[in-house]
Amino acid sequence: MKALCLYFQIHQPLRLKRYRFFDIGNDHYYYDDYTNESIMRKIADECYLPANKIVLELLKNNKGKFKISFSITGIALDQLEQYAPEVIDTFKDLAKTGDVEFLAETYSHSLASLINKEEFIQQVTSHSNKIEALFGVRPSVFRNTEMIYSDEIGEMVSKMGYKAILTEGAKHILGWKSPNYLYCNAINPKLKVLMRNYKLSDDISFRFSSEGWKEWPLTTTKFVGWLNEMEDKEDFVNIFMDYETFGEHQKKKSGIFEFLAHLPQEVISKSKYKFATPSELASEFHPIAQAHVPNAISWADEERDLSAWLGNKLQDEAFRKLYALRDDVAAVDDDRINKDWKYLQASDHFYYMCTKFASDGDVHSYFNPYSSPYDAFINYMNVLSDFQIRLKILKDGLALDPEELQYQILQKDELIARYERELSELKN
Amino acid sequence: MKVLMFGWEFPPHISGGLGTACYGLTKGLAKIDDLDIVFVVPKAHGDEDQSTMSLVGANSVTIGQVQSHVEKFKSQHTYLEVESQLVPYNDPDEYYTFRSQDLYGKNKLIKVDKEGKLEFSGKYGADLMEEIYKYAFVASSISADHEHDVIHAHDWLCYPAGIAAKEVSGKPLVIHVHATDFDRSGGNVNPKVYEIEKKGMDAADKIIAVSNLTRNIVIEKYGQDPNKVVTVYNAVEPVSMEEKLKIKKGVKEKVVTFLGRITMQKGPEYFVEAAYQVLKRTNDVRFVMAGSGDMLEEMVDRAAQLGISDKFHFTGFLKGDDVFNMFLLSDVYVMPSVSEPFGISPLEAMQSNVPVIISKQSGVSEILTHAVKVDYWDIDAMADAIYGIIKYEALSKVFKEEGKEEVDNLKWAKAAVNVHDVYVSAIKLFEPLEKK
Repeated sequence: MKALCLYFQIHQPLRLKRYRFFDIGNDHYYYDDYTNESIMRKIADECYLPANKIVLELLKNNKGKFKISFSITGIALDQLEQYAPEVIDTFKDLAKTGDVEFLAETYSHSLASLINKEEFIQQVTSHSNKIEALFGVRPSVFRNTEMIYSDEIGEMVSKMGYKAILTEGAKHILGWKSPNYLYCNAINPKLKVLMRNYKLSDDISFRFSSEGWKEWPLTTTKFVGWLNEMEDKEDFVNIFMDYETFGEHQKKKSGIFEFLAHLPQEVISKSKYKFATPSELASEFHPIAQAHVPNAISWADEERDLSAWLGNKLQDEAFRKLYALRDDVAAVDDDRINKDWKYLQASDHFYYMCTKFASDGDVHSYFNPYSSPYDAFINYMNVLSDFQIRLKILKDGLALDPEELQYQILQKDELIARYERELSELKN
Repeated sequence: MKVLMFGWEFPPHISGGLGTACYGLTKGLAKIDDLDIVFVVPKAHGDEDQSTMSLVGANSVTIGQVQSHVEKFKSQHTYLEVESQLVPYNDPDEYYTFRSQDLYGKNKLIKVDKEGKLEFSGKYGADLMEEIYKYAFVASSISADHEHDVIHAHDWLCYPAGIAAKEVSGKPLVIHVHATDFDRSGGNVNPKVYEIEKKGMDAADKIIAVSNLTRNIVIEKYGQDPNKVVTVYNAVEPVSMEEKLKIKKGVKEKVVTFLGRITMQKGPEYFVEAAYQVLKRTNDVRFVMAGSGDMLEEMVDRAAQLGISDKFHFTGFLKGDDVFNMFLLSDVYVMPSVSEPFGISPLEAMQSNVPVIISKQSGVSEILTHAVKVDYWDIDAMADAIYGIIKYEALSKVFKEEGKEEVDNLKWAKAAVNVHDVYVSAIKLFEPLEKK
């Protein structure tokens, strides 16, 4: 029997506030709380809560037959805990059904996999820890930020013990091959590679409400019809998309929630497909070939490469300057520094600095707090400069000789004692 | 003596040094006995300081008034023709159209807001030509309503207004050249702007230039009689100390600042390159480029490319207190202008005890002694000067102390006396004509 795998990504950027040159060294809080809270609140109300409600009913009504998987970034979880904790509860309810798989990610929705192995491993580990603590199961399948994948990244992930990884079924990688089979990593074949069927995924996530599309309106009957028309020999279909498709990218009035509510029954009763989670696909099917991906791919933009985050002068400079601080951050190991370090790594910051605005401009301007990539860069570098200063102070503190420190404390104590004496004399 | 003065902007609504200079000058003139000013700007917001003069916003002159002067205006002017495509108007939702005809009987459309007033945006922008034309149009009406002995128009934007006012009232016209298009464009002059400038200078009875540099351009490039052109240097407003206590310096490093429009005229690229040279030698310094302009993005790109973005900061456009705050944080101020008719900002920096490095291609370098002067293109000399001031305490101390004393002696009151002399000579020039 063929399988249908539904996977949804949940992430919300943690936006920086307007941080001016004058603030450097004076103000160490970088986040736009108001915007972050209001956007998170809006998306929780319009997407996560109603969608989770439907999904929970689907899981209960189709016990064991309907399966679904999610990955939630650490940054999204942190914000949900802060601004919409009830959303986490609803995800816990989903987890309890046992038919939901939560995947591993980088904590910060970061690009660490491209530049720093230790940082990458640390982030993935802390994310898996968090998922296990919240939902009771440790992830066994990995999904990198923005589906970024290369042979080397696959090898790192494999060494960390994950059995499969999700990525884009990019045309320039697959060529004539189909994304509807299981592949394996080119360096370490133990790691299974799941490719996104971008045509069917985008039919829902991008085109669902576009009235100019010849297939509009998209019904569950039509969609299941397409599934049934697929090659018989093919093994499965991977539908991967943002969870925000429901109610956010596609508004409620488009009927997207009805589509979600009716799809499982249609698939179960009228198709040759069963629902499966990524880890089920990885263990039930056999890889038909190695996936050769020497240069990293992603699921973003027409190019399906890294050009949304890296490549222009601004992005490369900010990225280099950020990761040059990694060793110091690790050495200092200060709670607040660690937290800011996580948040400053989010790929969103680099996304806002992107200067290619052609067909993908719409997606890039979505919830973009900046008026231009230059504006984004200037603001980010100002924040980073302050972060550098804080880091340097703490690092210089570490370098202090303990004896010297002891001596300084003694001196200060003497000073305090003297002032106290003077004070009491004055009082008398 | 009553002066009808036309400006383009006025503090706090300023986009450049012109507004600051106008403000300083009018304050200086106010100290002269028996001298009244009516200052006209395209858009009076209402929060400008009007203690020293009365401010008339051209957008508060109603169309009714304008209409009554249209015929007179048109019969007297032939040179204010602006090509019709410069009056692009097509927005029926927001405006009523006020239809008028020019001398050749062609229809012109002019924006009129709901209260029947001409709408002025008062910002430099794409509609500039249209605004200039409208401003001149209204000027003729204001000229008839406000009695005056002399007309004073600041910079090319206001020359047509000055000419229009002169034609209506028949009073002498003094134009004040704060900059020419040769400065703004780096030699690649816009013929339309040049035409307006040339006509303004030709029509003027006296021309005030802000430096000898500018005076020479006026004489050579615009063919003016040297006897007609007088140099009056700008000055600087004293700063109050209370503003000086506002900001805490958050960075330990020395701060080197560029402050101005980020355009070719101001030479921002030389500042970036000099910064790169300095950063190669010392890490104990930060550079700030404050301001905005059409070269901002290019500069951000260049700084990123050089890999100095964590030491090279951008602030965007600063106004009001932020300008002073920026000076307070600065240890060196650099003005690498390619062509600067005057340049008030180094004076403001020196007032705030900041040593300055200025280009030899600036008018202000004619009057300053205690400033480092370099060619704008000489980034090595600029880098050396920056390095010297931030590293050698004695050097910066001398520049601070001597510079402060020097700049405190540059008073607007003095400049105002010189301007007053120009008024007197212009009126004198006119008297025999009036008698005829």
